[in-house]
Amino acid sequence: MEMKDAFAGTLESGDILIQISPTEKQGVEIELQSSVAYQFGEQIKKVIRETLDGLGIDKALVRATDKGALDCTIRARVTAAAVRATGKDVWHE
Amino acid sequence: MSSLKERMALIEAQAARMGKETYHQTGRKATTPRMQYQQECSKVVTLEQAITRSGLKDGMTISFHHHFRGGDKVVNLVVDKLAEMGFKNLHLAASSLQDVHKPLIEHIKNGVITKISTSGLRGDLANEISRGLMEEPVIFRSHGGRGSAIAQGDLHIDVAFLGASSCDPLGNACGYSRSENAKSICGSLGYALPDAQYADKVIIVTDDLVHYPNTPNSISERDVDFVVEVDSVGDSSKIASGAIRDTKNPRDILLAQQAAKVIINSGYFKDGFSIQTGSGGASLAAVKFIREEMIKQGIKASFALGGITAHMVKLHEEGLIERLIDVQSFDKVAAMSLKDDSMHKEVSANEYASADEQGSATHYLDMVILSALEVDVNFNVNVLVGSDGIIRGAIGGHPDTAADSALSIIVCPLLRGRIPCVVDEVTTLITPGSTVDVVVTEYGIAVNPLRPEIAERLKAAGLNIVDIHSLKERAEKIIGHAAPLPFGDKVVGVVMNRDGSVLDVIKNIVD
Repeated sequence: MEMKDAFAGTLESGDILIQISPTEKQGVEIELQSSVAYQFGEQIKKVIRETLDGLGIDKALVRATDKGALDCTIRARVTAAAVRATGKDVWHE
Repeated sequence: MSSLKERMALIEAQAARMGKETYHQTGRKATTPRMQYQQECSKVVTLEQAITRSGLKDGMTISFHHHFRGGDKVVNLVVDKLAEMGFKNLHLAASSLQDVHKPLIEHIKNGVITKISTSGLRGDLANEISRGLMEEPVIFRSHGGRGSAIAQGDLHIDVAFLGASSCDPLGNACGYSRSENAKSICGSLGYALPDAQYADKVIIVTDDLVHYPNTPNSISERDVDFVVEVDSVGDSSKIASGAIRDTKNPRDILLAQQAAKVIINSGYFKDGFSIQTGSGGASLAAVKFIREEMIKQGIKASFALGGITAHMVKLHEEGLIERLIDVQSFDKVAAMSLKDDSMHKEVSANEYASADEQGSATHYLDMVILSALEVDVNFNVNVLVGSDGIIRGAIGGHPDTAADSALSIIVCPLLRGRIPCVVDEVTTLITPGSTVDVVVTEYGIAVNPLRPEIAERLKAAGLNIVDIHSLKERAEKIIGHAAPLPFGDKVVGVVMNRDGSVLDVIKNIVD
């Protein structure tokens, strides 16, 4: 899938900043910084991966800076960043 | 007729019987104008001279207060000097430590400080200690517990270094200054008073050396050995801003409304009641709602206790609270009020909250509003260690006021970001659940089963009373399942109960 750099989200408490970049490597690579990394690091990565998978994105570099976002927020930010990165609007389909 | 000469034999015989000398006139009295004496005293020395003459040795205990909070300059100034003078292996016993004390990390690594006792730790210092920086675990005590430990000798202080905003050459010291050269103000010196009373040597560090007599004084010259003048003891602007700023956070306002309703309907809201609140947004907002109800019902409080804020000063000045009992002034308005208003009394940590001091003010406290990092289903509270296992707070007077008051009310949101505040078991036990009566969250109010009469009164008032387990389950449902924290096997902190017993230990975090 064609892709450019894009981001969504903020660094506010309870939010997550998602930056998506194209990459040469196969698969989704996630660099996560989180204020709740010990307790929820794996869960956050899982949600990001599943959300991208659902949008048909299997090749991307994701930089995520999390400030304690809930899963629903993570899904929304990842989806918005992915739409901006690919130009493919998922909400109108 | 009996002359002095004739009585001399009798005088000598009497002196011998009493084991005393007979009187002999010695020298002439001093005739120097006393104005001169008021400005000088051999107690006034440099910091280095004070340290040397105090007899401080490697391995001894030094102490500090934290009334300047994030603006404190005394701890870093003194420990830098001790390091420079080559001291090692010292025990630093502060009433609390803050972000600003980050330079202690280097002094710990260099062996200058090898043991710490405090109420709390924050910032980088807390982070490093949580990861195992020190060999000896940090000893944590509540404010009342520290007062007791000092009075009982569990915490023996060799040399106390106490910052003061004014001091005369003899050592009469205050947390404010009445001179034109006033540089700083912190108000109450309550946490420094046990140190001043019980330390072997007391050094006052001041940025305003005034003429004798610096009265009314907090610390008396009788307790002071040396007086050291420095450029600055603290940045008063970092205690808290002077203006009252009401929170705009809708969740805090909701929590405050609920907490105020609990107080008003608790059965303790009667003429002459006494109250303590914290300095958090919800706590301060609650004062506003309580004030409105006091005016409406014509109820007045006998005293407000604790960390005193501008909000409490306002109620006092309006005649709604008769007296203020102040162990720590939380802002400049409170500090100024302490200076100028005789009904605003300073108390030592012991008189404030020690369990073994019959007259400590917490014993006469009806209600207290407290915050929490975590509350568990058994009503145990943690205010010291974050849910990530890193030390990030202070015990303060939390367990003291919860235990001694007639009704303790914890106000906390159900979640902070993804961190649940109502949990199965607190990360670290600070305030035992048997002393915690009501937990107020934005999703409902839980009442300790030990206090069924409170639950009845609040239900009758139409408040949303819920089982604390349902709050925990609700939080879990929203945030998902948290992975266990990566604790190591090293004990980095020991939590002392206010009676001197060991309550809990804090383990290190391994990355």
